[in-house]
Amino acid sequence: MMWMLELPPFVPFYIGAFIVLVSRGTLRAAIMLAIPVLSAIHLWMVPEGVYLQFAFLDYQLIPYRVDKLSLMFAYVFHIAAFIAIVYSLHVRDIVQQVAGMMYAGSGLGAVFAGDLLTLFVFWEMLAVTSVFLIWARGTRRSYVAGMRYLIIQVLSGVILLVGTLFYGAENGTLEFGYIGLEGVSGWLIFLAFGIKCAFPMLHNWLTDTYPEATVTGTVFLSAFTTKVAVYALARGYPGTELLVYIGATMTCFPIFMAVIENDLRRVLAYSLINQVGFMVVGIGIGTALAINGAVAHAFNDVIFKGLLFMSMGAVLHMTGRINGSELGGLYKTMPRTTMLCMVGAASISAFPLFSGFVSKSMVMTAALENGFDWIWLALLFASAGVFHHAGIKIPYFAFFAHDSGIRASDPPTNMLIAMSIAALLCIAIGVYPSALYSLLPYDTGYNPYDATHVLAQTQLLFFSALAFVWLNLRGLYPPELPSTNLDVDWLYRRVFPTAARSLLSVIWTLDSTIRQTIRLRLDSFLGHLARRHEGPSDLLSRTRPLGSMVMWVAVLLATYLFLSFVG
Amino acid sequence: MRNEKTHLFDNPHNVKRILRILYGCCAVLFVLDFVIHRHITHSWENLWGFYAIYGFVACVILVLVATWMRKFIMRPEDYYDDEGRADFEDSADDELPEKDNAAVGGHDVDA
Repeated sequence: MMWMLELPPFVPFYIGAFIVLVSRGTLRAAIMLAIPVLSAIHLWMVPEGVYLQFAFLDYQLIPYRVDKLSLMFAYVFHIAAFIAIVYSLHVRDIVQQVAGMMYAGSGLGAVFAGDLLTLFVFWEMLAVTSVFLIWARGTRRSYVAGMRYLIIQVLSGVILLVGTLFYGAENGTLEFGYIGLEGVSGWLIFLAFGIKCAFPMLHNWLTDTYPEATVTGTVFLSAFTTKVAVYALARGYPGTELLVYIGATMTCFPIFMAVIENDLRRVLAYSLINQVGFMVVGIGIGTALAINGAVAHAFNDVIFKGLLFMSMGAVLHMTGRINGSELGGLYKTMPRTTMLCMVGAASISAFPLFSGFVSKSMVMTAALENGFDWIWLALLFASAGVFHHAGIKIPYFAFFAHDSGIRASDPPTNMLIAMSIAALLCIAIGVYPSALYSLLPYDTGYNPYDATHVLAQTQLLFFSALAFVWLNLRGLYPPELPSTNLDVDWLYRRVFPTAARSLLSVIWTLDSTIRQTIRLRLDSFLGHLARRHEGPSDLLSRTRPLGSMVMWVAVLLATYLFLSFVG
Repeated sequence: MRNEKTHLFDNPHNVKRILRILYGCCAVLFVLDFVIHRHITHSWENLWGFYAIYGFVACVILVLVATWMRKFIMRPEDYYDDEGRADFEDSADDELPEKDNAAVGGHDVDA
């Protein structure tokens, strides 16, 4: 039994991916379902501690270390993997199945990595495995989006590696604990985490690629990459004040983009950044309550954001459309999906009795208690905003609004079961948060359900809904329009390539002009030389008398004769 | 259309009913502010109906600013469609749309 304890949780997933590769049909489905369940049962019995370490060159590597922080993320990754696998049971694409298993396993490997080098390995594995979930869509858009995704993710990994090398040189250890913004390594690792965490300006890979992935791929994608980054920040940079401001920006700017975005899965991608922003603020505040809030919110977000992506995936799967401008009225024929989507919407909006409420309020309370007044106002604004775009806009434009005439039925049973599991968890955590709280890293005795919090949050949400109704009735609400909205990716998809192209064309013109001038000059110089030195009067073409040549040969021979006598 | 059964919100009365429930809830919540004693952490919370007003104003500002942003950042749907043409087999040799910017002004964002 001892060796079982030492088995890191990523191993069953990697082995599972291999078995999936060589099995088929029902057996393959059974194995895919069994692995997260067995692994979760195993994980439940694992106490905290270090289970695996060995020396590598001069450093001690710890590929498997268990503590409350990593366990929390590992639990939710198991839940997410299980739900996503149920959701994708109908898929017959082996590439996606293998990539999904490897991707989930890489996420688990990363949260149990006790040193930075191991973290780096899984950091890159996350990128390399997940990109296949994007490419599996098989369109040109998904192909180029996947390429951009891979470049940015691998770049993040390379920065992490360089930071790790600096860290090792500065501190003499690679153990992954508190890092802080000191020295080159601190900033480099911060930047690497920041890219994966979708910091403002570095966020665009997320909104660019998640909507281009397959229906089931996006459900996987939404769970792991950003949460691994949140975990890494929570371990390496708790209490870093800069994170409070970065996080607050992350909560606010995506909601503007989400309101005018037409692709509903892209709306969800923006709101994913918004939710991660709450977690980043919590980590930046760094008190026990704030860290608890960040971790609990990450836990809940994986489930309710998964539920929302699944419901929109169901819409895309059944209708072939995902743009708000082409949808509407689906509640008539997809009633179950509508209800499940609304549970997810209520959870992300943090309605009391739904999961978002019990975790987001911790971060808000912590911000207020620690004197971040303006940040608290920003978070309040973002809370109203997330209700507006994820809570109302998503269900409204997909399932209600004007009747699009589409009469698609509810999705296959496995999809409905997966969404139901997620919805049940959302409600269960919201109604009985103590179970979630008991797993958190700190014991704070926090209670979300007091009259003050419930009333404040309900007022905020109901009056946001009122604003939506009022704007709609007045005709001020922006209609869903088929469009592309420019974001930071415009810089590297349009401005930089155009600038590089015109710069190169200038360089080419300049280059050819210079070459031509030099060649002309050289030609004329040679011509000049040739002209100067031809004809009888010139140095090279002068004739000499034969007699003087004979005389000089005789002198030479006489000198030899003389020298031989002397020698 | 085929003789389809009418659904919940096909009847405008039901929509009105939902809206009336919403208005009622908002009114009750606003009044509750004066009834329930809340523990205050911040002085702004002393203002009557702070959360209600903040929520309403925040959403209106959010939507108006976002609508206004469309003027700068909205492009046609096929704006990036020429990407990756060289790498993908269905590239064909159709002309790339070079006049992306010309089309921007044509969108009536308030329509």
